[in-house]
Amino acid sequence: MKCIRLLLACAFPVYRLPLTANTAVMKNTISSRVADFLKNYPPFNEMKFEDLERLSEEVSILYKIKESVIFEQGEAPHSHFYVVHKGAAVLRKKPDNDIVDLCDEGDIFGLRPLIANENYEMEARAYEESIFYTIPITTFRPYTQKYSEIGNFLIESFASNMRNPYARSHKDKLLAHTSIGNSNTNSGLLDLQSVHYSKKLIACGENSSIKTIAATMTEKKVGAMLIVKGKLPIGIITDKDIRNKVATGQFPITAKAKEIMSAPVITYPVKMTITQAQMAMMKSGISHLCLTEDGTDNTKALGILSKHDIMLELGNNPGVLMKAIKRAGKFKKIKTIRRSVQNLLKGYLDQNIPLTLTSKIIAELNDACVKQVIAIALKKIKKEPPVKFTWMALGSQGRSEQLLHTDQDNALIFEDVPKHQQEKVKTYFLELSKMVTKGLMHIGYAYCPADMMASNPEWCLSLSEWKNRISHWITNPGPDEVLLSSIFFDYNLVYGTPKLLNELTGHIFTMTEKYPIFFMHLAQGALQNPSPTGFFRQFLVEEDGAHKDFFDVKRRALMPLIDAGRLLALSHQIKAINNTSERFEKLAELEPNNGELFMACSYATKALLKFRTKQGLLHNDSGRFIALDSLSKEEKIKLKRTFKTIKELQELIKIRFKLSNL
Amino acid sequence: MRGIFKKKKINYPVFWTDYEASFKEPLPDNLNELRFVVLDTETTGLNIKEDRILSIGALSLRGNTIAVNQIFEVYLYQHFYHAENVAIHGILREETNDRITELEALMQFLSFIGNSVLVAHHAGFDRTMLNEALKRHGMPKLKNKVLDTSILYRETLIASPLLQKRDHYSLDELADKFDISKKDRHTALGDAYITAIAFLKILEKLKSRRKFSVKRFLR
Repeated sequence: MKCIRLLLACAFPVYRLPLTANTAVMKNTISSRVADFLKNYPPFNEMKFEDLERLSEEVSILYKIKESVIFEQGEAPHSHFYVVHKGAAVLRKKPDNDIVDLCDEGDIFGLRPLIANENYEMEARAYEESIFYTIPITTFRPYTQKYSEIGNFLIESFASNMRNPYARSHKDKLLAHTSIGNSNTNSGLLDLQSVHYSKKLIACGENSSIKTIAATMTEKKVGAMLIVKGKLPIGIITDKDIRNKVATGQFPITAKAKEIMSAPVITYPVKMTITQAQMAMMKSGISHLCLTEDGTDNTKALGILSKHDIMLELGNNPGVLMKAIKRAGKFKKIKTIRRSVQNLLKGYLDQNIPLTLTSKIIAELNDACVKQVIAIALKKIKKEPPVKFTWMALGSQGRSEQLLHTDQDNALIFEDVPKHQQEKVKTYFLELSKMVTKGLMHIGYAYCPADMMASNPEWCLSLSEWKNRISHWITNPGPDEVLLSSIFFDYNLVYGTPKLLNELTGHIFTMTEKYPIFFMHLAQGALQNPSPTGFFRQFLVEEDGAHKDFFDVKRRALMPLIDAGRLLALSHQIKAINNTSERFEKLAELEPNNGELFMACSYATKALLKFRTKQGLLHNDSGRFIALDSLSKEEKIKLKRTFKTIKELQELIKIRFKLSNL
Repeated sequence: MRGIFKKKKINYPVFWTDYEASFKEPLPDNLNELRFVVLDTETTGLNIKEDRILSIGALSLRGNTIAVNQIFEVYLYQHFYHAENVAIHGILREETNDRITELEALMQFLSFIGNSVLVAHHAGFDRTMLNEALKRHGMPKLKNKVLDTSILYRETLIASPLLQKRDHYSLDELADKFDISKKDRHTALGDAYITAIAFLKILEKLKSRRKFSVKRFLR
């Protein structure tokens, strides 16, 4: 015993410091993970990997939920700065809480105050659920001296623009990528923001043939090609040149580039702001600028800036965004475009553009995003689908009422196949769905908490399996079945063949006609939502949980309208109208005697949706829960007026579906 | 010899008494001050009596932060081996990783964890494996509070008739659900990292529940 003790006593000092001992000898899986990530981003990409690994060992990994504060404006600097590993950070500046910058994966923030020894000039919050790497400044500082590139990076970052040091601080990064509509959440800053342009320069020599040039332009999906001679720009060929000079027969397609190019090229320095670029294009009436190192055509061409790039930067044009979505080859790119979509939405609401129009446009854009995600997944999976299929959006997305990012609800139908193939085909579609749902999560649609997604084997079925399930719901309408059908019956085609969906709709109508009692159960479900106001017409708020004392606008006001709209539309066998307000408009047409009420319902739906969207944009969430004290008196009255409509609607349903007798 | 002494009179070695002493200090009430140690063990198999621990990976978590320089990763020297499991953990008997003895590993491990709250995926198994190892060296069982991410994850799922809850959720499923990279899966430290991130996300979900309290959570 004594002997063991002695042995332990001797050995103990070593055990006291197991960490240093271990990390020095053995590679630490976590720190290599950190180093592997950092090496892709400036200024860390300049470091030797051993140095980076050593730096990574001192990193901490910080997890932050959406909207939680990382540092406050005016707070004394922390001992470390931050790198976004996953998610994003938003930097805001008081007094107006203007968004100064949005930092994405790989971006650095909160470094300047540490170097300058100042308090933080702005507040940083997690823009979404995020993971940050925090790097101690004491560990980092020696490397700024060891590597002149890092030093330069920092000098360049801090020196140029004092009002917006953060946006400038990753200017180098912007130069290294083709970035789309990235950090311009605040239009007031456009004057200061440097432009993002295509770094992947599409260029060719002066002797290339028009035919090859046109082919390259088509392949790269660009509207202009730079003609270079020893890296110096000597001319440019745009779509317009090909149309005017070649398609008219003036030059053959075998002609050389130098014969039709516009020369000399109008060149500008790379360090130009969006406003400057816009001015330049307006001034010379051209749609493409060539950017060179010093702004003259005597230095190397660095990129081409097109009108399209600028439009995208401004993010205020649905057509441009649509084009960008269709061009996106990666989920990540769609995510950044969706931020621009959100800006667009905010602008529309601020300008009071009618909600019908707004929601149509936003729904179209969201729809295009989802379609593109599926298209990317289909390309990734590399196998052709074995049979035809349909991807459906359910719930709010199916009703085109999803203006903000919410959860995803979706399902998949595939054509019937012989029994022996069933399993193989299903495996394929499940694999595809898994990729798609993951992609959707990456672009901002959280996974459905009830797992109502096509990646769930229960929601990825063949046409006859779906028919059987729906028949089961309609013939055995328990509470679960009613709930399921109320979510499912708002389906909308997103991708694939409409034929399968039409067959399913036909089946639903036949079944509901045969079993009218189903409507009674659906009606009962529609009346189950809690009442928005109490006996004294006061708002009823949530009594506990995370949203205590908030008003649940979805459950108490929108759901009753949505449920009733679906029920009535179904009972009238209205096909292909899923949007609640449109459903009510159609109903008003079909039942002129109730026209006034239905029109009021349609209006109430729109008003409530707008309410929810505005609240959501304000708080960067789904807008479902409203803090009543944040509303003006006028808004409260508006809200209450919709409740009256809801009450009348519920009375009508009670009588029509004979629920008062139950 | 030892059998004739009463239980409490056993003279445990210093590393154990030090470990034991760390529990005199009460755990903080504030979740942000509480230290969690997220761990994973790779073993020769699933038989708690026969199989042995091959490596232990653990990292320390406090206030939503993992400090990369506070990690624990050891590889153990073991005689017992199942060839069929090598495919999973990739640790060969003749591996060149610096190995230490089981006793040494346990001593280092106890000094690393102190009175921290332990977190692991399917924690029951890791705890039992560690306790069996301690028992082989004449030590009592671990005294730490232990949380199991598999069970905690189940609690985060919404109660809905549409969702069939299962008894078990694998670490792979959690990684998919929470979008955690599965790099270094099936190394002790790699799995511990995935568990740690999943744990943070689970904890956030649970904290927003109405009945959440630290005391109940650690019960």
